[in-house]
Amino acid sequence: MTVLTLKQKLAILSDAAKYDASCASSGTSKRDSSNGRGVGSTEGMGICHAYAPDGRCISLLKILLTNFCVYDCAYCVNRVTSNTPRARFTVQEVVDLTLGFYKRNYIEGLFLSSGIIRSPDYTMEEMVRVAQSLRLDHDFRGYIHLKVIPEAAPDLVNKAALYADRVSINIELPRDESLTALAPEKSAQGIRKAMGSVRLGIDQAADTAAKARPPSFAPAGQSTQMIVGADAATDGEILGRSDRLYGAYGLRRVYYSAYSPIPDTTSRLPPMRPPLMREHRLYQADWLMRFYGFERIEIAADNEDLDLAIDPKLAWALKNRGQFPVDLNRADRERMLRVPGLGVKSVDKMIEVRRYKRLVLEDVKRLARGLAKVKPFIVTQDWRPGALTDQADLRATLTPPQQPSLF
Amino acid sequence: MRVARLASQTDFAGWRAAARSLRGAGVSPEAAVWTVDGEGDLFDEVVPLPATTEGGFTVPKGFMELAEPVILHRSPERFALLYRLLWRLQSEPNLLHIASDPDVAAARDMAGAVSKAAHKMKAFVRFRKIEDAPEETYVAWFEPAHRVTEATAPFFARRYANMAWSILTPDACAHWDRRKLHFTPGADKADAPDGDALEDYWRTYYASTFNPARLKVAAMQKEMPKRYWRNLPEAGLIPELIEAAEGRTSAMVAQTPSEPSRRIVRQAQRLSRDGSFEEGAPGTLDAVAAGVDVCRRCELWRDATQGVAGEGLATARLMFVGEQPGDLEDLAGRPFVGPAGQMLDRALAEAGVPRAETYVTNAVKHFRHEQRGKRRIHQTPTTRHVEACRWWLDAERRIVRPRVIVALGGTAAQAVFGKATPIAANRGKALQLTDQAQGVVTYHPSYLLRVPDAAAKATAHAAFVDDLRFAWKLAS
Ligand code: SF4
Repeated sequence: MTVLTLKQKLAILSDAAKYDASCASSGTSKRDSSNGRGVGSTEGMGICHAYAPDGRCISLLKILLTNFCVYDCAYCVNRVTSNTPRARFTVQEVVDLTLGFYKRNYIEGLFLSSGIIRSPDYTMEEMVRVAQSLRLDHDFRGYIHLKVIPEAAPDLVNKAALYADRVSINIELPRDESLTALAPEKSAQGIRKAMGSVRLGIDQAADTAAKARPPSFAPAGQSTQMIVGADAATDGEILGRSDRLYGAYGLRRVYYSAYSPIPDTTSRLPPMRPPLMREHRLYQADWLMRFYGFERIEIAADNEDLDLAIDPKLAWALKNRGQFPVDLNRADRERMLRVPGLGVKSVDKMIEVRRYKRLVLEDVKRLARGLAKVKPFIVTQDWRPGALTDQADLRATLTPPQQPSLF
Repeated sequence: MRVARLASQTDFAGWRAAARSLRGAGVSPEAAVWTVDGEGDLFDEVVPLPATTEGGFTVPKGFMELAEPVILHRSPERFALLYRLLWRLQSEPNLLHIASDPDVAAARDMAGAVSKAAHKMKAFVRFRKIEDAPEETYVAWFEPAHRVTEATAPFFARRYANMAWSILTPDACAHWDRRKLHFTPGADKADAPDGDALEDYWRTYYASTFNPARLKVAAMQKEMPKRYWRNLPEAGLIPELIEAAEGRTSAMVAQTPSEPSRRIVRQAQRLSRDGSFEEGAPGTLDAVAAGVDVCRRCELWRDATQGVAGEGLATARLMFVGEQPGDLEDLAGRPFVGPAGQMLDRALAEAGVPRAETYVTNAVKHFRHEQRGKRRIHQTPTTRHVEACRWWLDAERRIVRPRVIVALGGTAAQAVFGKATPIAANRGKALQLTDQAQGVVTYHPSYLLRVPDAAAKATAHAAFVDDLRFAWKLAS
């Protein structure tokens, strides 16, 4: 066996980690290194230090400790039956790379995941050792995201949450049955149980915060990822699953990851081009549930998929034209947020402006960045859409032209 | 024409002083010209600005917060724009709230661009290590979109407090010696080191973390504009990564998938068994706990975290049966740990019943609820759920063989007695059960938590404690 150089390991183990969409480095406790001996700070807002040509933010050093794995999840490039090249970092190597990159301002911190080697506990312990060494030996105050192995012992999970800003456990697939079929070693119950216990830990830490110095327990919360397009689940089912995950486990984020072709696929899950538009629409719908007061059922029922040609808010508005037009000079915030083309920021600015003057179309144009989509749904001092709102071909006129695909 | 001459491009104090005196003297925006020392001498005839009038004036809150970043913008119009706003505020005191006013919008846009430039500086500075320096020292060359070097340097001082560093830019240079910041005039790219051994690793990482099947060049460029590329070590790779992407993706999509191992196929089949457990009832409490967790006898498992089996003494004389796990029980996987559980504990203590000597379980083992916004709202299980889940309760009854079973609330009574058993009419009595045990019905502790009227609450609570005492005596 040839000995891999550190650079070769880095290539293999970052390639193997790239299917995890999360790269967030925001929302944790504020701290800096001015009263310490190490390096690092977090100031609330995350920082994307680079963008790859896939448009994704690079904020963290996102790597696997190893891509050796005893599991055989059909969608995963690292499954035991794949003939992908294998590598394993030592704890020290990950620590050194993280600090080296961090001091050159390439990254906000580390996102460490791993294939399962020997046992879930052994693997989780190794990952915890990396975080512990960064925090204790090097007084590292940057961001750490640890992937939790749901089958690992609860006290190891708790230890991970003590050093990490965020922990995540991937739900992987929207349907439990699909997980059983495609990832036979994983159990949906096991995943949910681990999320439940992390939630209890976070709540407890928040509870004691008022009374004593809070023991830090994943201050940036927990997140998860769902692969889209690997099973037959509809968008309605996917959003329903997300909705329940947000409700039950207080997740900060559910990431949607279009099932992406991997080198060496299995016949259990043939390769295909990733459904990127579907993924994009799911993010938009998720956003509507979290920040725009939409109930999941208003966006897509269990047996429904999202409209790929138009965004989900516009799709909802076209189906509910009776709720429009909305008078921007009178309507409450909640109703304004339902107007296609108006974001939270635009709405808040309008509410401020209308305290001092009546809104006219010109104001809306400046505050909303674009009028075409908004006009059929609003009333201003100088504008009424009249029959436009109910016009039969409204959908066609508002559908953006098909983007020519890049080749 | 009045000419205001500022000491530097970022001379906020100078702008402020000049603006104050111009406005005091009633010089309209059209009659004021702004220039910076050393910048073309179009205005040789410098008429001294009028002395600041006494008293001064106030500006609305928010003006200074807007003006400070705007000064850092590279637009030559910024001084005049801010003065125009200051001028207009005299007759339009609410002006700053009108985000759609062209001047306000322009100023806010400039402030936004400056804040973005600062953010991008935090993101795109790339330090290079000085290899032969006596202490850990790093130097970066950076070209900010606006003049944000001084304003952004404190961020780097907080983050890299324990290393010495300099950031060189064409406008100004920031230096940190592990104790304090100081600034020097702009520098030249040649003054900065031209490489760092780790950059090769960083490029390796950048290339490997890119997924060619998701090529989105416009999205990348929107967030990482080309103007920054020349100082980013990784940006040189972008053209080749883009070029190879389609070929790599097609190859992956076109490959012939490999067959899964037989072992895996068998395992998957074994795991997807139906979960009805008709093959036989478990004979131990551990088997019950493992069983409810994978039970599929009704659909309640689907939205719950886990099946919650009973807990307590396996040879208990007294068994409590509640309705179903609640939010906290569902998360923790243990019965009666939430508010209702605490209520029960208090009542047990009052009645002198040691909880450790009892067995506590629920009629239904999965949490039936409805999702409303971010909350999970309890829903009473239906008779169908109770019937499906009785299978597990019966197993627990057979294993523990209690002398007395206390049904807490209507759902539990339904499960324990196999038929609707109204509480008010039956509480306080020993009811015969088919399996040699005696049954007692009483309220569910969460009912006690909900009684609105204080007097009624106290009465119900006393009755509840009485019932617990009665059941304990019956079991002893
Ligand atoms: S509630 Fe009872 S019957 Fe229904 S799935 Fe859960 S354990 Fe099985």
